[in-house]
Amino acid sequence: MTRLEKNDRLVRLGLLMIALSAISVLAIITLFIFEQGTPIMFRYGFKSFLLGQDWYPSEKSFGLLPMIVGSLMVTFGALIIGVPLGLASAIFLTEFSHRRLTRILKPVIELLAGIPSVVYGFIGLMFLVPFIRDNFGGPGLSVLAASLILGIMILPTVISIAIDSIRAVPDSYREGSIALGATRWQTVRMVVLPAARSGIIAGIILGMGRAIGETMAVIMVAGNAADIPGSILAPVRTLTSNIALEMAYASEEHREALFATGVILFIIIMILNTIANVTSTRQRKK
Amino acid sequence: MGGQLKLQPRTEQKVIQVFMYLMTSIAVLVLVFILVVILKNGLPQLNLEFLTKNPADMGREGGILSTIVATIFLTFIALLVATPLGVGTAIYLTEYTVESRITRIIRFGAECLAGIPSIIFGLFGFILFVNKLKFGWSILSGGLTLAFMVLPTIIRTSEEAIKAVPPAYRLVSFSLGSTRWQTVTRVVLPSAIPGIVTGVILSIGRSIGETAAVIFTAGSALRMPTSLFSSSRTMSVHFYILAKEGVSMPKAYGTAAVLVISILVINIVTYYLMEKYIKRKS
Amino acid sequence: MSCQKQVRDYACSGSEKKGEKRLLSMETEEFKPGRVGAPSAGQENSSSFFHYSRFLVIMILVLMALFPSCRSGRSGHSLVVAGSTSIQPFADKWAEVFMEKRPGEIVDVQGGGSSAGIQAVLTGAAHIGMSSRELKGDEKELYQIEVAHDGLAIIVHPSNPLENITIEQVKSIFLGEITTWETLNGQKKAITVVVREEGSGTRGAFQELVMGKSRITKKAIVQDSNGTVREIVSRDPNAIGFISLGLVNDSVKALALNGVKPTEEAILKREYKLVRPFLFLTRETPSGLAKEFIDFVLSDEIQELVHKEGLIPVRRGSRPEGSR
Repeated sequence: MTRLEKNDRLVRLGLLMIALSAISVLAIITLFIFEQGTPIMFRYGFKSFLLGQDWYPSEKSFGLLPMIVGSLMVTFGALIIGVPLGLASAIFLTEFSHRRLTRILKPVIELLAGIPSVVYGFIGLMFLVPFIRDNFGGPGLSVLAASLILGIMILPTVISIAIDSIRAVPDSYREGSIALGATRWQTVRMVVLPAARSGIIAGIILGMGRAIGETMAVIMVAGNAADIPGSILAPVRTLTSNIALEMAYASEEHREALFATGVILFIIIMILNTIANVTSTRQRKK
Repeated sequence: MGGQLKLQPRTEQKVIQVFMYLMTSIAVLVLVFILVVILKNGLPQLNLEFLTKNPADMGREGGILSTIVATIFLTFIALLVATPLGVGTAIYLTEYTVESRITRIIRFGAECLAGIPSIIFGLFGFILFVNKLKFGWSILSGGLTLAFMVLPTIIRTSEEAIKAVPPAYRLVSFSLGSTRWQTVTRVVLPSAIPGIVTGVILSIGRSIGETAAVIFTAGSALRMPTSLFSSSRTMSVHFYILAKEGVSMPKAYGTAAVLVISILVINIVTYYLMEKYIKRKS
Repeated sequence: MSCQKQVRDYACSGSEKKGEKRLLSMETEEFKPGRVGAPSAGQENSSSFFHYSRFLVIMILVLMALFPSCRSGRSGHSLVVAGSTSIQPFADKWAEVFMEKRPGEIVDVQGGGSSAGIQAVLTGAAHIGMSSRELKGDEKELYQIEVAHDGLAIIVHPSNPLENITIEQVKSIFLGEITTWETLNGQKKAITVVVREEGSGTRGAFQELVMGKSRITKKAIVQDSNGTVREIVSRDPNAIGFISLGLVNDSVKALALNGVKPTEEAILKREYKLVRPFLFLTRETPSGLAKEFIDFVLSDEIQELVHKEGLIPVRRGSRPEGSR
């Protein structure tokens, strides 16, 4: 073996070590969160965490159901708002508008994806919350406010990924459809969208991940009541805001319970991703 | 009936087109509205003093210098750690191995890491760096936490950039007798640098805008950081506190404007770099 | 299992198109005859890459060199004060004045909440802990110094016609038994109850002074600082909340309790019932910089400042009985 070859082997080994960093980080994070969060769940029983409705850590009552329901509601709400708007915009910008308009708008929308989430939360607090309070009633800090803000927040992600995947559909598909006498919309609906489906779904999954993981913007507009919301105008607390609201103050079992919240968040995200992933691959196979 | 059927798609098309137009307008207007509100209220607050003075009286007075410095330090540490790791991983994945179980595991790790919410990173950084390693609430803890957070982005973009280097470059380099490492450092990386830089810049943007992970690892002390171990408040954390607690709306808008402008500039620079790079190549 | 698709496409969102273009452009390049020199084009850049990596190495070395020096610097002359977010805004100011007077000394004020502050002192993470609630159990081992007293104000929107409220009414509202303003001020509006989060000293004090063993309603809006509670109440005409008296300003109205307005006089006379101590905690008898800072906070100058900011000053060593 020559010296050069030996060096190359060393480099390869070094790079392998570096390459394992990402998976190690993931392992360490998982380990730490579970190490901190699971003991208390064993002590009090998983059922009391997952199905308990009372969150009073100072009285050793750690029911996370309101937060689990809250996270799901708010994420679902964000998708209801963000997905139709985002998809419609993406279809419009790729199929119906002037190329020039698209060339201006797409970068603008992508730039907006970089705006920090706290800014979205702040705008929600200043404009959306008073608007909801004055026009629909309730405290304004609500499921509705949180869903709207998250829906807007995920718009840039959904739009730009949808545009990319719609553009990736070969023009020959469209030409074929139009040659058969289909209108532009029929072409989009029956040819382009099905072909771009997996990319679009990926964008939606990413948006969903962003919505369920968002913390600060939600704390600002959701009201954070640890109760299962009775209506979309009622305040709501998500898993993420539960952690961020109380982490700084918590000690001992309270802190462990917040890590348990982290564990549940972790698991929910994995489950959602898996479901979404399975559906998107299944649809791709069709 | 027949006539109707023929007409219907046309009308449908018209209706849909108007509907799409409306939806797009709403989406774009809402996003632009946010930008306009921040800039309209924030720009009047910006002056040299705001950028060069430290916050006083809880941020009610003075500027935001210390928060800018803290943001820069934090971001710098994050990239210092994440860039070598990320680029190294990408090099390994693209140049030093074939698809195998190990590469699948590595990719899986990076991809899962990207899906983890920032608050979880915050919790983790708090336990590991702040508590276990006793770095305290500090720039170091915050920077390392952010490094882990942006690692997947850097891996992904670097991998894309390296993959995009034509195989012919490598073949020529090998045929001239270069080793793999020489090929990577002298041929592949220089060609892939713009793509890698894009990933790094994207990560800068993400680091600057992050709040949840930073507030639990870097703390929120309002003073000029003096060492790696000083606790500091970044711009976004400062903005969050100013806005949420109603300390001072003008200062909050000012901080938001600085935040938004720096992120916009960073993104525009990325675009510009990419465009230039694409032009040069073709 | 899961996230794969997600991330791949995430990265693509930004660079897919660019990647496509790049690929195309490169293909055309490959087909150009006589362009076998392509690698050399790369080599032109290689120096810049090595420059970059050298820069990185140097920076890492510099950072490593900074490590030990920073650590010693930290324990050298920096005082870490951590705990109650109710005290934090005031302590921030005291530290600011202290550092002006004593250039070179650093006082690091952290929030985190009373419980976290107490933990921080116990574990040595902070030199001084701040607590806005009385200590309980093991915590009592700590050395405690009262630096101020603080009233707890029940606040409503300035437009609310209500001026006076009884402790029983407050309790019913926060229990969730009274849900509209009707019996209080005649308006048929739902009450928005705003509280602090679990673990906060302010909530702890309120729980102890008003609620006793009863639970605060789950439907209450929860915010994680006094400032935020004040912001929410100042914007919502139907809101009620409690905050540190020192933080009450024109944007909200502090209600009289059982007919007694929350004034300094009423608090000193023990007529206003919702009062809690602001405590500084140390593991042992304070010494060194910690002692200097505590003495400074108890000095007339700072106690004057305490007074100006709406808190109730304390005299050194005096511990008024029955105060909370």
